[in-house]
Amino acid sequence: MSNVALEHITKRFKDVTALDDVSFSITHGEFFVLLGPTGAGKTTTLRVIAGLEKQDHGDVIFDGVNVNKYTPADRDVAFVFQQYSLYPTRTVYENLAFPLQSPLRKWPKERIDQRVKEVAEKIHIAHLLHRKTANLSGGEMQRVALGRALVRSPRLFLMDEPLSNLDAKLREALRIELQHLQKTEGSTTLFVTHDQIEALTMADRIAVLNQGRIVQIGTPYDIYDRPATTFVAQLVGIPRINLLPAVRENGLLNVERSTIRLPLPTDRTIPQRFLLGIRPEDVRLAPDGDLRGEVALTEPLGVETVIHIRSGQQTLLSIAPGITDLKIGDVIAYSIVRERLHFFDLDGVRL
Amino acid sequence: MSQLEMPAVAAGPAYRRQNQRRQMSDRTITHLFIWPTLILLILMNIFPLFYSLYLSFNDYSVIANEPPKWVALDNYEKILTNERSRYWHNFTVTGKYAVLSVGLQIVVGFGLAMLLKEKFAGSGLITTLILIPMMLSPVVVGLFWKLIFDPSKGIFNHLIYMNATGGKEWLSDPTLALWAIVIVDVWMWSPFVVLLCLSGLSAIPSYLYEAAAIDRASGWFQFRRITLPQVMPLLLIAVLFRTIEAFKQFDLVMGLTGGTPGDATETVSVRLYREAFLGKFKTGESSALAYIVLIIIIAVSNLYIRALNRTREG
Repeated sequence: MSNVALEHITKRFKDVTALDDVSFSITHGEFFVLLGPTGAGKTTTLRVIAGLEKQDHGDVIFDGVNVNKYTPADRDVAFVFQQYSLYPTRTVYENLAFPLQSPLRKWPKERIDQRVKEVAEKIHIAHLLHRKTANLSGGEMQRVALGRALVRSPRLFLMDEPLSNLDAKLREALRIELQHLQKTEGSTTLFVTHDQIEALTMADRIAVLNQGRIVQIGTPYDIYDRPATTFVAQLVGIPRINLLPAVRENGLLNVERSTIRLPLPTDRTIPQRFLLGIRPEDVRLAPDGDLRGEVALTEPLGVETVIHIRSGQQTLLSIAPGITDLKIGDVIAYSIVRERLHFFDLDGVRL
Repeated sequence: MSQLEMPAVAAGPAYRRQNQRRQMSDRTITHLFIWPTLILLILMNIFPLFYSLYLSFNDYSVIANEPPKWVALDNYEKILTNERSRYWHNFTVTGKYAVLSVGLQIVVGFGLAMLLKEKFAGSGLITTLILIPMMLSPVVVGLFWKLIFDPSKGIFNHLIYMNATGGKEWLSDPTLALWAIVIVDVWMWSPFVVLLCLSGLSAIPSYLYEAAAIDRASGWFQFRRITLPQVMPLLLIAVLFRTIEAFKQFDLVMGLTGGTPGDATETVSVRLYREAFLGKFKTGESSALAYIVLIIIIAVSNLYIRALNRTREG
């Protein structure tokens, strides 16, 4: 079993508060993703869990045991660093064997050899075992770094943006492999990323971090469909969510400086002024649509086209499948899926 | 066309001269800059180099009013095989001195660098202070260490034996005298090793140690597998520089002992100086000796450079 819990972790670097009362828990076998922009405190969280950084307040708990005073070695976690951190001048084999050769372990040579080869096979680097790490490509290096974490079968995998130094194609391939590996091994993983696609595709649960605070914890579905704040709503989803200032007027929802009028929802109380969130896929081009707008720009992406629709002084993003023959200036009819609107107060909190 | 040519005609010879100077080609300018330096270099370095090679095959003395007499390999044979000339003794002294001095400098320098790598209050100041011996003139260092080693009033014995009269006679004891020179050289040049090692140590990325800590590597394991391999190239450079210097060691020995007692501390350079410029001015023989030293230094440097390239390639 390996359940990990953070309780009210606060960490300051001089005057900067990196983590502010962060609490969450990861259950055994879970793929947990920390998502947030640069400087949100994701890496600091990992380092606190690994014991590389000491928190100012709060507790780190592994399986009910407080490990605040444990050294990184005692915590038995594996860390995959963003910059690979392989030992240079050593072969891939030596790098993989390194964690097993620790005097704390006392493994015999044959057992180390067997384990290294087994893991190398699993992540497809068996052919690289006798190469020096300095001569590997970025993708190969990151595989070796992953391998070095895997050989140990640790209590917890900590991964600090392991894919962000790779090119897009490789990132996608490794992402799928990593996901597959995690599911088949059933290893508990805490994965840090600023890439919302990585988070949504891989995670069992996501914690969104902003300026050292946890904004929302939930499944990818929760995060995407029920964002707790406008920050979360804007962080996930490409193209970005449409976020428009709106007012309540004559029992109707009125988007400011535009011609968009919608009926008000009846299931909740809406203040006089608020922010309306509409996902681009919920803005649908339809000949019988009740709204009218003008095409301001089209961005054909192949599988779909992003259409910028101008209504008054506001611009709405919409997605149409495939490539359209719409031209800038065309007047089009569209509708908005009313059940899927998001309402936030002026401070950005979901209503 | 004709209008363009007009000004040249009107300006006359003065203009043409100016024009010619401007037309001095890049090539000419290059030669003007290079040749003075090259001539100086040839006169002061290249010519003596080959002339001394020629002299090393001759019986010749600059003070004797006789032309060089060709003796082929006699000078070399005398140096390398003649027991009575005691040249082998000079080589042994130099070798012993080089091994002891370079070895100790590496140990002391690397040790100090490991300590100074950790930042503490005043570590910057201490690093600067440690570098001072390196900046002094070797002759001055030799002279004041002579006072420090003085058996009756020197502070060295006083500190070691806490009793100024009970100490050893460092500079006049045949076995201790070489050690005395080694001690001074280590004192003077360990800072150089510190400097090189510090730059190597600070270039090791901290995440390697963090990864090792998480991988449950012990301190010794980290030192052997991360620190040492990363600093190795710089250590080898330090060894190379210090070994070459040790083979040339002259001023420190002259300042401290001048080769005494007897010839117990007479390094090759000191012997060379004695043969070439004192007494009989044996120019031919000392040229041969100088060439032997040159060949040894080139050979040793080559070995080091090969080792260095091996560690670089990893």
